[in-house]
Amino acid sequence: MATRKSAAKPNVSAEELMKHYREMLLIRRFEEKAGQLYGMGLIGGFCHLYIGQEAVVVGLEAAAEEGDKRVTSYRDHGHMLACGMDPKGVMAELTGREGGYSQGKGGSMHMFSKEKHFYGGHGIVAAQVPIGAGLAFADKYLGNDRVTLAYFGEGAANQGQVYETYNMAELWDLPVVFVIENNQYAMGTSVKRSTKSPSLWERGGAYGIPGEEVDGMDVLAVKAAGEKAVSHCRAGKGPYILEIKTYRYRGHSMSDPAKYRTRDEVQKMRDERDPIEHIRTMLLNGKHASEEDLKAIDKEIKDVVNDSAEFAKESPEPSLDELWTDIYAKEVPQGEAI
Amino acid sequence: MATEILMPALSPTMEEGTLAKWLVKEGDTVSSGDILAEIETDKATMEFEAVDDGTIGKILVPEGTEGVKVNVAIAVLLEEGESADDIEDAAPPSGVETPDEAPAKAPAEAKAPEPEAPAPAPKADTSPDWPEGTEMKTMTVREALNSAIAEEMERDENVFIMGEEVAEYQGAYKITQGLLDRFGAKRVIDTPITEHGFAGIGVGAAFGGLKPIVEFMTFNFSMQAMDQIINSAAKTLYMSGGQMGAPMVFRGPNGAAARVGAQHSQDYAAWFSSVPGLKVVMPHAAADYKGLFKTAVRDPNPVIFLENEILYGRSFEVPVLDDFTIPFGKAKIARAGADVTIVSWGIGMTYALEAAEKLAEDGVDAEVIDMRTLRPMDYATVIESVKKTNRCVTVEEAWPVASVSNHLGAYIMQNAFDYLDAPVINVCGKDVPMPYAANLEKLALVTTDEVIAAVKAVTYRS
Repeated sequence: MATRKSAAKPNVSAEELMKHYREMLLIRRFEEKAGQLYGMGLIGGFCHLYIGQEAVVVGLEAAAEEGDKRVTSYRDHGHMLACGMDPKGVMAELTGREGGYSQGKGGSMHMFSKEKHFYGGHGIVAAQVPIGAGLAFADKYLGNDRVTLAYFGEGAANQGQVYETYNMAELWDLPVVFVIENNQYAMGTSVKRSTKSPSLWERGGAYGIPGEEVDGMDVLAVKAAGEKAVSHCRAGKGPYILEIKTYRYRGHSMSDPAKYRTRDEVQKMRDERDPIEHIRTMLLNGKHASEEDLKAIDKEIKDVVNDSAEFAKESPEPSLDELWTDIYAKEVPQGEAI
Repeated sequence: MATEILMPALSPTMEEGTLAKWLVKEGDTVSSGDILAEIETDKATMEFEAVDDGTIGKILVPEGTEGVKVNVAIAVLLEEGESADDIEDAAPPSGVETPDEAPAKAPAEAKAPEPEAPAPAPKADTSPDWPEGTEMKTMTVREALNSAIAEEMERDENVFIMGEEVAEYQGAYKITQGLLDRFGAKRVIDTPITEHGFAGIGVGAAFGGLKPIVEFMTFNFSMQAMDQIINSAAKTLYMSGGQMGAPMVFRGPNGAAARVGAQHSQDYAAWFSSVPGLKVVMPHAAADYKGLFKTAVRDPNPVIFLENEILYGRSFEVPVLDDFTIPFGKAKIARAGADVTIVSWGIGMTYALEAAEKLAEDGVDAEVIDMRTLRPMDYATVIESVKKTNRCVTVEEAWPVASVSNHLGAYIMQNAFDYLDAPVINVCGKDVPMPYAANLEKLALVTTDEVIAAVKAVTYRS
């Protein structure tokens, strides 16, 4: 592990550091397990892993308050775990079982939790951006002070609907943080091959939306930027853009031969910028935890993840009647912010 | 405990592959994320990473081996403190399923149960839409729609309307006239010209607990928003296992107006009607516009409400009632008859009814059914009528290929074949983009004469 300088002055408690470490590690181990289950054929279809990007969601969730909403793309497992959804329910959805969040009918890309204010899990690149603004529209209309985090990748940032949404979000002062998770590759196309814009957050300037670039491998930097963005929105000042520079270690999906970047590039990121190692080093150097303490946490997380995998394997497939349910709602509660 | 490393599936369809190259050898220490091997599938060569930390105890499948089945053990990984000697008596690794066990977990071989829809034809609902003797008032379709929107906004403060020119301009077709003054700019919202964006914001607002009415200035522009309507609004309830959906209405004029050319003259009924998760309404008379619109706003699902610009100015009798709704999936027998069934909806009803009057002069007694809603569809009323008349003509302004009429014709054939004395004829618009020239446009649209000719054909009078 190379030494590094943290952008954030560690004005942070040991407890918080430990919490971030735990949450990021859960995502990492969960995703590794998902990759393993995919390899065993227990998870089908598309499976987009979040390994490397953990600091983004963990940092932003640390900045969010109870009742705030989030919506994202198909690379969504990390977001769900970070907002407190049950790893068992997420893993069982990946295996397409009854115990999954969508009873096996959504899959890796389509999960939701009303309870945790997680609005999906969307498979069409950038479709979640206007939806996120719509959630913020509802909150503003209902007069509560909730904020929505609308996540999308730098690939989605070239979709037209993002700019349609920027325009209306600023026009109507919607409380939405647009979070561009810039992991540098839209499937196999590097950001340099898709745009000449030097930075993506600056595009918001054309609509009057402020924003900034954030080091997405540093959870404390993400949290600090998130707090600024969220309070901007909560104060009724309209939307805010965070372009979070991050990196995905794995392929776009499980079936990605990854020929568009070198192994060295990935290895260098892992060695020098890993977000989990960063916090681990801070914990050890600051004497906030011993190797043994961290080992115990590792073991604890491994157990949680193994339990989720066991649950996901044991949970039965959905009953065949489920084919014909949930096509139409009979009753949807109205008039409440859900 | 020693862990078997299994041949991974690296794509949704992979069943076997070639173990092209080992990048580690026995005795190597590996950490999670290290590349272990290169594996060739039919699509690509992929790198295969370690998931756990440990030492490679044994390589079971040498490099260069072709046709290695997914889930076969290809190596053994030792954890701290284990040696290669432990391999033999290594217990089956926890959390790893052997290929032999896997199929046991496979789903029941299972034939999917039948949907509820095509169950033996339910009886047609012939109850009147409003009590007999109700006071009636003449209203245009425009006035009926306007009053329906206003009544629903009055009833539920979470109902709002958004779209291009709906507020200050009072609606491009004046459907929203007066609403801004009455309900204010918070609930009657002018959008920029940005259909994809505001349709998506509408969907998000519906997820968030509101009841949006999204106006498309015409449904031709809804093509820009199709992804949000289909992928986001229609499918979310299913994808979320019933947790959340999009209770909302997409409305606006649909189909040909007059001399507006190919890009402003399309009927999208068949497109939307093919989508499970959407409800689709396409009324003809003002009372139906009003009663069905109020139902649409109260329905907990995304509803496509297809209006017609030519009908906006037409007048009909509308019941004078405080709160009047018409349920979805209930067709209306607009004219009772015995010799032939003419089925239509929306503006097609204009030709169907006109044809029926003219046919009566020739002694043909036509029954005319107004479907009113296309999804859910009232098959029972159609089938009962066809069983009585033994002949059927459908009338639809849209293109003929993959039309709603095609579906109805197939349904009648499957469910009332023995009752038919003639093939069902679909009278549709012509299979051409809408021309601008007055004479050509007239030729492209359905005409009353074509309906009459079709009825004569199925009654063998031509």
